[in-house]
Amino acid sequence: MPDAIIKVRELIVGFGDHVVLNGLSLDVQKGEILGLVGGSGSGKSVLLRTIIGLLPLRQGTIEALGVRLDGASDAQRRAVERRWGILFQNGALFSSLTVRQNVQFPMREYLSLSDRLMDEMAIAKLEMVGLTARDADKFPSELSGGMTKRVALARALALDPEIVFLDEPTSGLDPISAGDFDMLIRTLQQTLGLTVFMVTHDLESLHTVCDRIAALADGVVVAEGTIDMMMTSEHPWVKAYFRGKRASMIAHSPRPTVM
Amino acid sequence: MGSAPALSGTVSGERLQLAASGSWTAPFAGELETLIDSHAEAPARLRGVSIDMGGVREFDTFGAWLLERLMRAWKGNGQDVELTGLPDHYRGLLNEVHQANLTPDAGSPKTAGVLRWLDGLGRSVEDFGQGILPFINMFGAVGNALTRVLIRPIRFRLTSAIHHLDRVGWQAVPIILLITFLIGGIIAQQGFFHFRQFGADIYVVDMVGILVLREIGVLIVSIMVAGRSGSSYTAELGSMKMREEVDALRTMGFDPVEVLILPRILAIVIALPVLTFLGSMSALLGGGLVAWLYGGMSPDIFIERLRETITFTHFSVGLIKAPFMALVIGIVACTEGLRVAGSAESLGLKTTASVVKSIFMVIVLDGIFAIFFASIGM
Repeated sequence: MPDAIIKVRELIVGFGDHVVLNGLSLDVQKGEILGLVGGSGSGKSVLLRTIIGLLPLRQGTIEALGVRLDGASDAQRRAVERRWGILFQNGALFSSLTVRQNVQFPMREYLSLSDRLMDEMAIAKLEMVGLTARDADKFPSELSGGMTKRVALARALALDPEIVFLDEPTSGLDPISAGDFDMLIRTLQQTLGLTVFMVTHDLESLHTVCDRIAALADGVVVAEGTIDMMMTSEHPWVKAYFRGKRASMIAHSPRPTVM
Repeated sequence: MGSAPALSGTVSGERLQLAASGSWTAPFAGELETLIDSHAEAPARLRGVSIDMGGVREFDTFGAWLLERLMRAWKGNGQDVELTGLPDHYRGLLNEVHQANLTPDAGSPKTAGVLRWLDGLGRSVEDFGQGILPFINMFGAVGNALTRVLIRPIRFRLTSAIHHLDRVGWQAVPIILLITFLIGGIIAQQGFFHFRQFGADIYVVDMVGILVLREIGVLIVSIMVAGRSGSSYTAELGSMKMREEVDALRTMGFDPVEVLILPRILAIVIALPVLTFLGSMSALLGGGLVAWLYGGMSPDIFIERLRETITFTHFSVGLIKAPFMALVIGIVACTEGLRVAGSAESLGLKTTASVVKSIFMVIVLDGIFAIFFASIGM
């Protein structure tokens, strides 16, 4: 088995007396796109937020890029954080900065670059996600939903991370934009050699871009594997999700080809 | 992890041979840029450059872009570029940045110092002129909504108005009483301290009474209310605007002015005179207490003197001003609230602007009232 870039073992996370994740274990392999699915409230976002350190864990271990994150010193943690990028569900762009400044923000903080190189890199990143130099001086309030996601992706990619976390990347996009965004993620993953950890509800994304899928229910990963393995799983929730009415409509339509 | 990037050049014949090594990645982008730029100036006698990327361990977008920049510089001079040794899995990355930055980036326009200053001055004058219009517009819209409500009173949001009356009026009572009590006491103390030198103690009562009832009471209360309630109106309406709640109301066929703003403005117009009255009484009480404890003037004499000098005119001059002050505060606060754009910064800016502008307007209005009352002999 290839080396896992993120290892989660026996993770327990809860709020008060409500336990959300109960002994969850999950591996993310280097260079794959892992899709995490689960019902609303099943703890997908909690898992994501625990891995990136926004929520405290009660028990268990999380290891990313070879560093154990629970109990890591601040400096170690920051070194790891520099090597991943996060796309929040609503973009979380800084509203008082322009698009260009948003993308340059991590570069400005972590690298010492000349203004010229920083401008060129910001534009290059924006062009990689399908925007143009004309959009660089807009403010986040002037962007459409799809553009906001693209700018947020450009910002997540600003430091050339090794892992990208995507929280519902296609939510709120129309099917065509969502499809484009999926393709974009796939292309970028291939050119930049990224590992992508994606929380999603979008069956179409799961079919087209995800190499592997992990299904979350009752606080643990109940099924893990390719889309075909999901289709044959007998776990009731997985069965309902992948072989339900909506799912079968997508599965029976011809599978879009991936570049 | 990673090692510093290096780029060494030797000239062989008519070509420059560049050998690259180390990590061409984000953490080293600063050093790498210096290296790249030192080789970007192509001596005219050379025909081309060969870049051997065989020694490069790590390569990311930053490295790819800088390599692309180097190649563009040589190609731009009409010299030919040969690239060897780049591992295949980095090819895609290089192709990707090959498409980047082809259109020149306009950037933000830069002008000289004086011109920019003049430009800023012109713009702010224009903005100031434009800035008055929304207030007049809001004034009209509130009047319009009020007329509609008067014709069909059932449309009035009574619950909302009472809720705001509670917040602007009732909940402000303790702080208003405290502040005006202290101000009244301070005026009386200063009066005694200075008037005593020429034995005019009794005129302290005149000064406290007239000052508090005509000016200080209403001014202090208006300024307090502008800071306390005006700012919260702006912040509330501003965040509703940011989250498109105002637009949602409009699309459902409600007039935001009628639903959100009219109850708020009515609440403040009712609350301010009441608070002014309470504040004035509290200031007189503070003045009387200081007169007794510090000035040695018995409460009987204080009240007797008040009765002699203070007429109903003094009292009414203060109270007449209050609803106008309230209207100005309400209109300014609501207008600024609806002018909030999408960003958190603009919410802060507009809230500041709301408080500054309404306090400024309150003082200007007070001056106009002073001229008006003087000319009609009140």
